[in-house]
Amino acid sequence: MFKKTTILAVFTALMASTAIAGGHCASGKTLTDGKLTVATGNPAYFPWVMDDAPESGQGFEAAVTYAVAKEMGFSESDVVWVRSSFDEAIQPGAKNFDFNIQQYSITAERDEIVDFSAPYFTSPMAVLVGPGAVDTAATMAALKGLKWGASGSHTSVQKLMNDIRPTSGPLLYADNADINAAIGANQIDAALFDLPTALFLSAVMIEGSKVIGQFPADDSQGGDQFGMLLEEGNPLKTCIDEALAALTANGTLAAIEATWLQDTTGVPVIQ
Amino acid sequence: MTRRDLFEHRQKRRSIAIAATSTVVVLVAIMVLVPMTPGWEKVQKSFFNTAVLIKTFPKLVDAFQLNVMIFLWSAPLIALLGLLVALARDAKSPAMFPLRILGAAFTDVFRGVPVILTVYLIGFGIPGLGLPRPWNSPYIWGSVALILTYSAYVAEIFRAGIDSVHPSQRSAALSLGLSERQIMWDVILPQAVRNVVPSQMNMLIALQKDVSLLSFIGPVEIFRQAGVFKSLLANFTPYVGAAIIFLIITIPATRYADYLLARQSRERS
Repeated sequence: MFKKTTILAVFTALMASTAIAGGHCASGKTLTDGKLTVATGNPAYFPWVMDDAPESGQGFEAAVTYAVAKEMGFSESDVVWVRSSFDEAIQPGAKNFDFNIQQYSITAERDEIVDFSAPYFTSPMAVLVGPGAVDTAATMAALKGLKWGASGSHTSVQKLMNDIRPTSGPLLYADNADINAAIGANQIDAALFDLPTALFLSAVMIEGSKVIGQFPADDSQGGDQFGMLLEEGNPLKTCIDEALAALTANGTLAAIEATWLQDTTGVPVIQ
Repeated sequence: MTRRDLFEHRQKRRSIAIAATSTVVVLVAIMVLVPMTPGWEKVQKSFFNTAVLIKTFPKLVDAFQLNVMIFLWSAPLIALLGLLVALARDAKSPAMFPLRILGAAFTDVFRGVPVILTVYLIGFGIPGLGLPRPWNSPYIWGSVALILTYSAYVAEIFRAGIDSVHPSQRSAALSLGLSERQIMWDVILPQAVRNVVPSQMNMLIALQKDVSLLSFIGPVEIFRQAGVFKSLLANFTPYVGAAIIFLIITIPATRYADYLLARQSRERS
C-alpha cells in the first residue's frame, strides 16, 4: 500500500512539473525535458564569460543566456553548461547542446549547415596594435603597411583580406592566446578582433598595446552579428528568437550590454 | 604446355576471378550501404561538398606551396644534423665522452617531447627574447623546431645503420692501415647510409605532414588555409581537399619507399 502511494505521489509530481513547462514554447524541444543545455567555449573568454565560469552568470554571454532562459520559463538551476569547440558545433549529426553561445558571427554560408538565433549583439571589428606600432594612424593607408595577425577561425580574416589588404601576407593563429604570444614576440604589429575582446586584451593581457581604431558597426562588412548556434532545423530557434525579441523590447539586453561591455565610443572610427 | 602448367594457369585465373569479384562486392556494398544511412546526406554536405571543394581547392594548392618550401629547406638540414648527432653518439675515443652524453641527451629530449610543444616553445619562446625582425620570423624558428625534432629521429636511424655494418668491416679497414676518420667516411658510412635509405624515406613522408604543425605559430600553410575556409563556410570539405593534396604527394612517396625496401631485402637474401 505504502509503495503504491509513493508511486502515485511521484507520478503526480511529474505531471505537475510537465504541466508548468507545458505552458511554454520550449517544452519538449530541449535535449533533456525541463533543462536547457547551453554550450560555450573552452576556455570561455572575458568579457563574454567571467573567470571561465558561465554558471556564475557573470559576463555578457553568461548573463544573456540566463536572461533568455528565464524568458523561456527555465529557472537558473535548469541551465546546464557544457563546453564545445567550433568544430564540434558544426559537425553533422546530433549535438550535445540546445544552443551554443561563443561569439558566433552569423554568415549566410554558416547558416546553410547550422541554424542561428536572431543576433544578440552587433560588434564592430577593431584594430589592436602591439607596443611597436602604437603611433599608427587610424587610416586604411597606414594599416596596409603593418604586419597583420588574426584568428584563423574568425570572420576577421575575410575583413582583413578583402578590405585592408595588407602588403605582406598575414599570419593566422588558432586562438587569441596565440595571437597574444605573437604580439609579445614582435612577430606581428597588429591584429583584428571584435571590439570588446580587443579592449579587454589591450587593457589586461598585452602590455603596451593599444586599440587604435574600429570599423563602423553599421557597415555590413565591418560589423559582426553574434547569434546563438543551433542544430539545423532545431524547433527551439523560434522560442529563443521570441525571448530575444522580448528582451530587446523591454531593454534587458541593453542593460546587460551596459553592465558587461565597456563603453566603446572612445575608440576612433577608421577612415 | 605440360599438364602441370595448364593446372597452374587455371588456378591463377581462378584466384584472379575470385579477387575481382570480392573487390567489386565490397565496393558496391560500400557505395550502396553508406548512402542509405540516415545521416549520409548531412555528412555529404559537410565533408564531401563538391561546390565547396571546387571553390577552395585552388587556394589550398597555393597554400601547399608554402608546405613544400618549408619541407625543402628543412629536409637537408635535418639529414645533416641527424648525421652529426649519430656520429657524436658513436664517438669511440674517451676524450669525446661529453659529446656522446650530449648526443644522447639531444635525442632523448627531442624524441620525447611532442612536436607541437617544441614548435610552440621555440616558435614563440626564442623570438620573445627580443630578436629584431626579420630574425624573429616564425618561419625560421618553426623550421628550427622541426629540424631539431626530426634530426633526433633521423640520428637514431643513422645510428642503427652504422651498427648494422658488420664489425669485420672495421677490423679489415684497420688492418689495411686506414685512419679512424677514413674508416667512418669511406668504409662504414657509405654502407650504413645505403642500409637505412628506406627508413629515412618514411621520415621524409612524416616530415611532409608535420610541416603543417607550423600553422600553430602563424604561417598560413595548407592546414591553416583549410581551417579558415572551414570556419567561414562551417564545412569540413576543405580539410578533405587538403587531404587529397597530401595524398597526391605521399602515396607515390610511400610506394617508392616500399619499392626500395623490397629491393633491399631481395639484394640481401
